[in-house]
Amino acid sequence: MADVVIDCLGEFCPMPVIKLNKAVEKAAPGTTIEILSDDEGSKVDIPVWCRMRGQELVSQEARDGGWAFVVKVA
Amino acid sequence: MGSLEEFADPSRLYGAARRARIALDAARDQIARHIGGRAEEIVFTSGGTESCNLAISGGALAAAAARRPKRILVSAIEHTAVLEAARRLEGFETVELACSSTGIVDLSALRAECVAGAGLVSIQMANQEIGTLQPIAEAAAIAREAGALFHTDACMAVGNVPVDVRGLGVDLLSASAHKAYGPRGVGALWVRRGVRVRPMLVGDDRERGRRAGMENLPAIVGWAAALGARAAELDVEAQRLSLLAERLRAQLPVVLDDVVVHGDPSECLPGLVSFSVLYVEGETLLLGLDEKGIAVHSGSSCTSSTQEPSHVLAAIGALTQGSIRVSMGRDTTDSDIDVFLRELPPVVARARALASGKA
Repeated sequence: MADVVIDCLGEFCPMPVIKLNKAVEKAAPGTTIEILSDDEGSKVDIPVWCRMRGQELVSQEARDGGWAFVVKVA
Repeated sequence: MGSLEEFADPSRLYGAARRARIALDAARDQIARHIGGRAEEIVFTSGGTESCNLAISGGALAAAAARRPKRILVSAIEHTAVLEAARRLEGFETVELACSSTGIVDLSALRAECVAGAGLVSIQMANQEIGTLQPIAEAAAIAREAGALFHTDACMAVGNVPVDVRGLGVDLLSASAHKAYGPRGVGALWVRRGVRVRPMLVGDDRERGRRAGMENLPAIVGWAAALGARAAELDVEAQRLSLLAERLRAQLPVVLDDVVVHGDPSECLPGLVSFSVLYVEGETLLLGLDEKGIAVHSGSSCTSSTQEPSHVLAAIGALTQGSIRVSMGRDTTDSDIDVFLRELPPVVARARALASGKA
């Protein structure tokens, strides 16, 4: 179970990435954040954002008609 | 341009029709020579979409009739005119080949899939969103060795970069007039002599039985004239635009935070720069730039529930949000680039503030 869960179901890009960024900025290193999104763009952009920001994408799985991503704060 | 006045049917025998036929033949010859082909190898169409559709369905069906495998290999970043045509062919399997992060198709994957069996391979010459140029001669050689037909969608290339069908070793090549200053509503499929394509449009024997329907003579003559003019300036323009593109590519990360420039910096169309900006909606950027008199395009998924992210950016694993495509041409100047680089940062800042406020 992740430390923080962000539900972005029904929201369009770039909202999920903006919300993830805000959550990561507030969190301590080592915190795990789960973000739920059913926006097609998130499937590409969340892994890309993690790469750009040097954040660890722990997992990515299909769920609730969208995807659940778990990010561990660096 | 007397031919624009020629309204007669070039397939008839009366005087006006013969004049129309002479104009059509001359244009066909000029367009064929521009790409290193022969006049009889040109099939005029209504544009790039029809050319690609005909190449895919006509090529795949002809290959299948010659007992070739019912498998079509395409790069994952082809134009949807190719992808959709391949997907809708019943009884055929379509395999999408992966591309590198700069959009270059994986030739070892192509080789492996050709060994597995292919009737038709289709790889574009230049990508419409990120401008990447593909290694067509190498890819065509791999297909030929495997006995597969090879089509290249050169709609973005013809009239913008040198194209030589013999040197490339392709069987089919799609071209469009309007991507290089020609009129809208006309294009061609070049079909190597001896290669069969099954026609999509039937009803008469025009275009050597490969495409029925009256040729769009005024547009065809206009296209030939445009290509003739382009041929004279192609090298100089390519060099000039490459410098503008290089400057834009280099300056974008200087004037903006969190920007990703797409495509291949060396293997690319001279006048196209594509990039994505983090934390913004592409459409907001377009509208903001439009207010400043700057017209650019976006492949972004943002702002609409029905739009999907660009399949090109998704396939190369590039940021899809806030995507902008800058197309430069013969009217684009150095000072236009200055204006763009000056106007873009405040537009991005406003769009980011707007999006962040909603979050």
